[in-house]
Amino acid sequence: MTDRSSPLELEQADKTFLDSNELIINMGPQHPATHGVLRVILKLDGEKVLGTECVIGYLHRGVEKIAENRTYTMFNPYVDRMDYVAAVSNGLGYCEAVEKLLNVEAPPRANYIRVILTELNRLASHMLWLGTHALDIGAITPLFYTFRDREEILKIFEKYCGARLTTHAFRIGGCQYETYEGFEEDVKKFLKFVTPKIDEYEELLTTNRIWVERTRGVGFLSAADCRALGVTGPVLRASGVKWDLRKAQPYAAYSDFDFEIPTGQNGDTYDRYIVRMQEMRQSLRIIEQAVGKIPDGPIMAKVPKVMKPPVGEIYHSIEAPKGELGYFIVSDGSTQPYRVRVRPPSFVNLQALDQMVRGQLVADVIAVIGTLDIVLGEVDR
Amino acid sequence: MSEETKAPTPPPSGEPKDSAVKPNPPSVEPVPAKKPGDPAAPANPGAPGAPPKAAAPDAPAAPAKPAGPTPEPWNSALVATLKRQYGSGIREASTYLGQNYMVVDPSLIPEFLQVLRDQEQFDYCVDVTAVHYPQREKQFDLIWILYSFTRNERIRVKTLIADGETVPSSVPIWPAANWLEREVYDMFGILFEGHPDLKRILLPDGWKGHPLRKDYGIIQQDNEWVQINLGIESGQ
Repeated sequence: MTDRSSPLELEQADKTFLDSNELIINMGPQHPATHGVLRVILKLDGEKVLGTECVIGYLHRGVEKIAENRTYTMFNPYVDRMDYVAAVSNGLGYCEAVEKLLNVEAPPRANYIRVILTELNRLASHMLWLGTHALDIGAITPLFYTFRDREEILKIFEKYCGARLTTHAFRIGGCQYETYEGFEEDVKKFLKFVTPKIDEYEELLTTNRIWVERTRGVGFLSAADCRALGVTGPVLRASGVKWDLRKAQPYAAYSDFDFEIPTGQNGDTYDRYIVRMQEMRQSLRIIEQAVGKIPDGPIMAKVPKVMKPPVGEIYHSIEAPKGELGYFIVSDGSTQPYRVRVRPPSFVNLQALDQMVRGQLVADVIAVIGTLDIVLGEVDR
Repeated sequence: MSEETKAPTPPPSGEPKDSAVKPNPPSVEPVPAKKPGDPAAPANPGAPGAPPKAAAPDAPAAPAKPAGPTPEPWNSALVATLKRQYGSGIREASTYLGQNYMVVDPSLIPEFLQVLRDQEQFDYCVDVTAVHYPQREKQFDLIWILYSFTRNERIRVKTLIADGETVPSSVPIWPAANWLEREVYDMFGILFEGHPDLKRILLPDGWKGHPLRKDYGIIQQDNEWVQINLGIESGQ
């Protein structure tokens, strides 16, 4: 379009290579800041993001199809492989959904054990989020701190059920394992150990000028947008909506405990950080209350060895670390579910990415992916 | 101490409870081949019939199972208002295990959902999903799971559609439905009319088949796609 012999007319923007043409670039799927295999196609104008498109499915394993070909019990370990950093939560949601379908309820002791382990897992998940999120933005130290402390949680899991990550801790009807000797002491010791550590993380970041500048006002999402986009979990709460399934529709033993729902006001990355930090403290509070008074009694309800839930459908959801994790199960009266639908929080939350980064800088995309706290195993299932 | 501590609806006592204690013969019977039976009529009181093959001599035949909970009619101000508005368009409004759902005529679809959001404050679309019943004439159950923050209430709206029938998209009502509908399309092949970008989401664009249909086998895959794109004979 330009005559090569004539000099570049820099004052006329459109006529040079410096013009404001849009640039399409590809981020991922192999990219450290996408926390897995997420591909984002970015439309840029210089450093400004004009639009994004997520390409997902790289980790699709057909979990819902597998469920239709397994018995209810056999499918239980599979759910751990969705959000693999919060496997205990996945298991809790699934077990409770099938229990509802069978019309049984886990005994109180099992519920307390479930709450303790699930909250420990929430802590572990938030720690992993904090470490990687800070790393993405350029703060390397928190990663070492959080991984060091997360290790203590994984040790408790390992002692309880032999696995660290994909724990398969719960069974339909209660828990498979009784608490090991010294479980309560271990948990109490952990609480004492970790409380000052959370202060330590906050000391590193909360007032750190670089951190604040990189997160404040970044990836804004209003409460109305959250509702429209179905966003749940800490992201929703950071936008000022005081909604947590543990309070709104209590399950397991959550109605027995005193805890707050931390909320933010600004709906930006910084508020989401603050909300998650406070949630960690609330989790500690719940564990502290639960561990002192685990009731005696059986840990397993009476469930038939061969489970054949009556014909019907059920939807049950829990507050996973990432948001509302739901299971919609259809039974045809046989030993295998006719259909299992997983409503993954990461999948739905990731939809908000486009809205959050439009008009922002390309570097903020990294911050926003981190703040959404997605796990691709759950997005793709 | 009784282990049946707090079952919400305790079994009717006496004999059925007994049989619950000693459920099925502990035989290691192979899982019966999945018959895509039709739980189409949940109104059928939850007795799917005693399994004929497991007729152990000691097991009492008929009342073996404590009859499961059955869907009950769901009466509420919400249902009354909607019924006044839509009459027989609402085929069923029931409660099962404490969860409310409605079965509505597909012709009502975009409008009915819009009313639920605008007038009844169901402002959060939790999930859109489908279930495939190949035996039925209207093969698919299409389900919206909705929640209202103000009412703290969850409902399911269900509609039955035939294979190939299109459904108006609910993306204009809840933007959240965008990816959820894409997933339903990807997995079941249900087309949503007016969806801004209806294409596959989890499977690759060129893939053939919709895996969550019941006639799609568990190890089935699009071999042609695998051969062309992965350069291997088969993924199995």
